[in-house]
Amino acid sequence: MERSVNYGGNDLNLEATELRLGLPGSDEHEKQSYLSVRISNKRASPEVAEESSSLSNSNVSDARNGDQDSAPPAKAQVVGWPPIRSYRRNSFQQKKTEADGAGAGAGAGMYVKVSMDGAPYLRKVDLKVYKSYPMLLKALENLFKLTIGEYSEREGYNGSEFAPTYEDKDGDWMLVGDVPWDMFISTCKRLRIMKGLEARGLGCL
Amino acid sequence: MNLKRKNPNPDPSSPDSDESTQLSSPFPDEVLERVLSLLNSRKDRNSVSLVCKDWYDAERWSRTHVFIGNCYSVSPEILTRRFPNIRSVTLKGKPRFSDFDLVPPKWGACVHSWLLVFATKYHFLEALRLKRMTVSDESLKFLALSFPNFKALSLLSCDGFSTDGLASITTHCKNLTELDIQENDIDDKSGKWLSCFPENFMSLEVLNFANLNSDVNFEALERLVSWCKSLKVLKVNENITLEQLQRLLVLAPHLREVGTGSLLQELTPRQHSELKSAFSNCKNLNILSGFTEVTSIFLPVLYPACTNLTFLNLSYAVLQSDELSNLLIHCPLLQRLWVLDSVEDEGLEAVGSNCPLLEELRVFPASDPHEDEIVHGVTEIGFLAVSYGCKKLHYVLYFCRRMTNAAVTTIVQNCPDFTHFRLCIMNPRQPDYQTGEPMDEAFGAVVKTCTKLRRLAVSGLLTDLTFEYIGKYAKNLETLSVAFAGSSDWGMECVLKGCPKLRKLEIRDCPFGNAALLSSFRKYESMRSLWMSGCKVTMNGCRLLAQEMPRLNVEVIKECGNDDCQADKLYVYRSVAGPRKDAPPFVLTL
Repeated sequence: MERSVNYGGNDLNLEATELRLGLPGSDEHEKQSYLSVRISNKRASPEVAEESSSLSNSNVSDARNGDQDSAPPAKAQVVGWPPIRSYRRNSFQQKKTEADGAGAGAGAGMYVKVSMDGAPYLRKVDLKVYKSYPMLLKALENLFKLTIGEYSEREGYNGSEFAPTYEDKDGDWMLVGDVPWDMFISTCKRLRIMKGLEARGLGCL
Repeated sequence: MNLKRKNPNPDPSSPDSDESTQLSSPFPDEVLERVLSLLNSRKDRNSVSLVCKDWYDAERWSRTHVFIGNCYSVSPEILTRRFPNIRSVTLKGKPRFSDFDLVPPKWGACVHSWLLVFATKYHFLEALRLKRMTVSDESLKFLALSFPNFKALSLLSCDGFSTDGLASITTHCKNLTELDIQENDIDDKSGKWLSCFPENFMSLEVLNFANLNSDVNFEALERLVSWCKSLKVLKVNENITLEQLQRLLVLAPHLREVGTGSLLQELTPRQHSELKSAFSNCKNLNILSGFTEVTSIFLPVLYPACTNLTFLNLSYAVLQSDELSNLLIHCPLLQRLWVLDSVEDEGLEAVGSNCPLLEELRVFPASDPHEDEIVHGVTEIGFLAVSYGCKKLHYVLYFCRRMTNAAVTTIVQNCPDFTHFRLCIMNPRQPDYQTGEPMDEAFGAVVKTCTKLRRLAVSGLLTDLTFEYIGKYAKNLETLSVAFAGSSDWGMECVLKGCPKLRKLEIRDCPFGNAALLSSFRKYESMRSLWMSGCKVTMNGCRLLAQEMPRLNVEVIKECGNDDCQADKLYVYRSVAGPRKDAPPFVLTL
């Protein structure tokens, strides 16, 4: 295929728009930083400045870096990317807010305290990370180096001296595993791993 | 009531008519019109209209449905002049990237000016389907009051209206059969609009309010459903409980398409079995959607209803792989499936194993990819698994976190009939994670193998080679979406020179500049539109294009404060209506 790039007339300044393979540091590079500087000087309000300059910087600098740097840029917020309709994106926000409702901190995950009988200090886990009971229990087992055993509706937790319990919104101590996961994470305020006689007592109810 | 053709019986004594009867088609106009009235495909109709003047006339009088892909490509006056008997209009407005916030608000695409003309010329308008248009409550009221026969309203990705506007429709449109409110930017004030249907209202066939969040009056809804015996589609919103849904299903077991409300409700065993029985009594059920806040306990309720399912939309249901797997075992006839990537590769393996008739798969991200540190989601493994099991797959939209060239090559070998291939590797410019190479060969394989390909969206690290492949092999390609890709102008030039059927080209954040833009400027007249944002075109380049091609509208959207030379957002489209008369100040027509 021929490359016919001949649009006579210097007013188009095609060279300025052509991306060349090569080291930065020529007048191209200067032009780029010149543009960035000009852009930020024209702003009226600082919020708009940040938003627009990050947008145009991502346009200009990312585009230029495209073929020189094969490693992807670290999680930069890009407008409208990935291409999901705003309705769907808003439903992410909704889900996040619902999940965060029970936990501490806005947008920081659903951290709840976990205490274990006999342990000198408490731990914290992010309930959002675990999508199901087995995952949570496994994590607790790892955290405290113990075995919790199998859940059964009739007998609670069989096979060990530990039983995971939680304090719900009403202040009651409940056995972990009775209610659906989504309901659990929306009502769980803190966890407590009961040990010994107390735990076995729970299993015999 | 059909408007008659003028002068159906030409005067034989007139010399003009002698000639025209000699040159006219060998069978009478009435026959031609009757035959043409059976033609529904707009491509066929467009071909027919090009045959000769008689056929053009016969076609324009017999056309009842018109599709306008770009509302600015034609004016309502020109439209109504050519097609006098239209009953149904589909209008699309803003460029597609407006869905992703790349078009500023108040850009245009207002439906009102169209309605004003339709009110006089298409008094018997029955159906209006709008996508990416700005619609006001005033417009909806005007619509409701101006068209006595109005039957069907469908709104997708529209903005500018509130539930008050919907109330106008439900209050005044006595013959309404379809109210389809899809994903829109609507001011959701209240659910009162549902209560505005008259008492004995019976004609509704399609009701979709799944994306409205306000509470509706359940008694009114129940009454509506019990009176409308022809109801085929019912998609309720999140506020409708399972118990309420069960009552609706009992009233309307003939439903073909159901959208559930919220599924987070504890059911007694009796309620559970009642709901299961209500679902299994829906013998015509083909399509299921909704599923917000789904729990494992609920899903088995659906199993008996899944036997005849052809389309399952789980794109708002955060399901795990085993939940999906258990559900799909009951869906052997599934043709279309939309899921969230929470099902992960394992879930997609279940798709491959259980859905041999699958033709379309869409996998959406379950959470905000920017915010979540946990990397779940789907990879090339899931896509491969689907391609091994679903040989009829021809439409895919796949949001993933990593991909390889080898996987894509195998996938298209397994499924060579792709017509729509939309792959979104969510991290911009991400290479093949195994080899570290660009993803050029992946898309090369797609265009070489899938000769029927009509729509392509590319992603990942891509050089000009991808576009060389596209230009060389994608001979049926109509729509191409490109983001963060390419190395130089050459890439875009290859596409413009190589794809003969290209209609829509949308590009963002690529290193394509004036040389590329101007390389095939005549091409744009054979296309619906071109969008370029975050690229390297300048105002001068755009001005040159506008100069060379007076029949194109060359519009630049200026963001405030940016460099005057750069054309940040360029939108080029062909039009017989000339430049826009309603352009806001930030849209410059060159």
